[in-house]
Amino acid sequence: MSETTSVPSPGATGDRNISGVSIRLEGVTKRYPGQDRAAVDDVSFEIAAGETVMFVGPSGCGKTTLLKMLNRLIEPTSGRIHLGDEDVTDQDADQLRRRIGYVIQAGGLFPHMTVAANVGIVPRMLKWDRQRITERVDELLDLVGLDPAVYRDRYPRELSGGQQQRVGVARALAADPPVLLMDEPFGAVDPITRQRLQDELLRIQEELGKTIVFVTHDFDEALKLGDKIAIFDVGARVVQYDTPERILAEPAGDYVADFVGAGATLKQLSLTRVADVQLEPVTTALAGADSTAVVAAAQAAGDDFVVVLDGRGRPISWPTVAELSRTTTVPVTVDERLPVVGLQSTLNDALDTMLAASQGGVVVTGRRDSLAGVVTVETVMAVIQQARAEVAR
Amino acid sequence: MTAATEARPDGAPDGVPAEETARQADDSAARDGGWRALALQPALIGLGVLAFLVWRATAELSETEDRQLGATVLWNSIREHVYLTVVAAVVVLLIAIPLGIALTRPRLRRFSPLVIGVANTGQAAPAIGLFVLLATWLGFGFRTTVIALVIYAALPVLRNTMVGLQGVDARLVEAGRGMGMSARSVLLRVELPLAVPVLLAGVRTALVLLVGTATLATFIDGGGLGVLINTGITLSLDSLLISGAVLVALLALAADWLGRVVEHVARPKGL
Ligand SMILES: Nc1ncnc2c1ncn2[C@@H]1O[C@H](COP(=O)(O)OP(=O)(O)O)[C@@H](O)[C@H]1O
Ligand SMILES: [Mg+2]
Repeated sequence: MSETTSVPSPGATGDRNISGVSIRLEGVTKRYPGQDRAAVDDVSFEIAAGETVMFVGPSGCGKTTLLKMLNRLIEPTSGRIHLGDEDVTDQDADQLRRRIGYVIQAGGLFPHMTVAANVGIVPRMLKWDRQRITERVDELLDLVGLDPAVYRDRYPRELSGGQQQRVGVARALAADPPVLLMDEPFGAVDPITRQRLQDELLRIQEELGKTIVFVTHDFDEALKLGDKIAIFDVGARVVQYDTPERILAEPAGDYVADFVGAGATLKQLSLTRVADVQLEPVTTALAGADSTAVVAAAQAAGDDFVVVLDGRGRPISWPTVAELSRTTTVPVTVDERLPVVGLQSTLNDALDTMLAASQGGVVVTGRRDSLAGVVTVETVMAVIQQARAEVAR
Repeated sequence: MTAATEARPDGAPDGVPAEETARQADDSAARDGGWRALALQPALIGLGVLAFLVWRATAELSETEDRQLGATVLWNSIREHVYLTVVAAVVVLLIAIPLGIALTRPRLRRFSPLVIGVANTGQAAPAIGLFVLLATWLGFGFRTTVIALVIYAALPVLRNTMVGLQGVDARLVEAGRGMGMSARSVLLRVELPLAVPVLLAGVRTALVLLVGTATLATFIDGGGLGVLINTGITLSLDSLLISGAVLVALLALAADWLGRVVEHVARPKGL
């Protein structure tokens, strides 16, 4: 009854679908009037098509300014910006922006428009017909994990913060833009919701292959989401621009080393996906099933707890064998505090979730929220030990 | 699931959070309460009108009083008063709203604190002074009255248009521009709808102010219910004075009610 189907690791798929275009900056400078220092000082930079690049750096170093010059919400003082083979520096800004998705903190949804109206804004500007817009809105809500029938006609204030942020992502993707700009999009939600939003973004990106530029102040978020990370100093000077693995392994100088922090081995936890480690098999039981049989199966397997699944194979609680043996049927109640992470989550997320729930393990879900296995604190410790050993070598 | 308010990624019903249902119930209660309050006001006004008519039919009045409070004279005064108010209100809307919009655009934004300051002080200046000053300059009559009323009542509309637009979250404007909406389209589809509640509150204030201030028209030959009050004062006839005052109060209440209805109907859903 226990199942630990092996799911391909998200990073392992070689020929992934890419719908993004490359971005190239050439000597881009922004000087705000009345300031003697340029906020962005002669930055040249290239982002490959379909890559997620994370911008990190101290507050005020020019990340937002650089990002907003990409969709020309801020006009560069000098320099050129290319999308794919196109020089867009002098293009009509409104036209340009309809081809670039833009996501800001808390979604930036218009409170007087329904979810559907918010998501449909760019398609309406592009004069799509009604039928096509309706279909696209439903498709996108599905993509970001919101049931269209439930959420289409709601107003933003009738949504939780995390749901608003999902709609914000759907809205940015509406006209299928090749580039997505995100400025600290998940900065205003609680850690658990943020982790789920990150997982969703990874899944969406896996599917769509956009070019994503993502500003964050959370280095773990950068490690988790980025194909590459750009670490900036004042004036948006690029100090290091590399893959998360290489930034951790070979930080370019003290500045980056300081930024990465002392716990570089611990940071490995942000690079390792739950899907990358061996999940523990576990005895499962259908809600409402006969307890005695389940208890016997668990004892035979040597498990001291059982994961209860609902009719669609989704975990709803994990009672101990002792608790179960006091019941006649497996309880159908949903444990709101059941610690759950996805396969895309990092071990750092898994550890956070365990700590938040004061539990020694987390349930892992895969496709459609069905059970994939369990990760225990021992697994996480083993990964830390291994990283330590590698560093010592 | 750990995050109870998050939808499950596959969109399975996650149960409407209790907090949310409460909020929606709250909402509809507020809306019903709103309509109930809106229904009460015309009832009070109707009662006031009825009381006046009963008093008028039964009171012992002198010949002068009877003539001044005759149906034709009264009706004409009321019509004049309403006409003054409506004409001034239309001109106010046509001038103050576009001006308020212009003063909150990036190009003129630096003047807006100054204008709001002037608008606030202007509100405190005595209206009668304005009427007299304008009359000595432009002469007596309807036109001058309307100009004086417009100047006086434009201030709250101008101020509330600006405050309402300034109150719109700058991030929403940026989100709109960031999606490729033109500045004009952001104004029409985001900023103005969101500013509507504050803007209309200013319009309602202006309407009530206009009904009250229009009583001063009599001093510069503008007509209206002020004539009745003024006659009452000069001839020491309390019945005229009080009748005029009561009718102006009832009109002001009616204007206020009208404003509230518009505010209620025009308020964007979802706020
Ligand atoms: N509109 C503006 N006018 C003047 N200075 C600005 C403006 N926006 C940002 N700056 C300045 O430019 C620098 C970079 O800001 P920003 O790009 O927002 O940094 P970050 O996003 O990395 O925190 C800061 O010193 C900030 O004060
Ligand atoms: Mg910033």
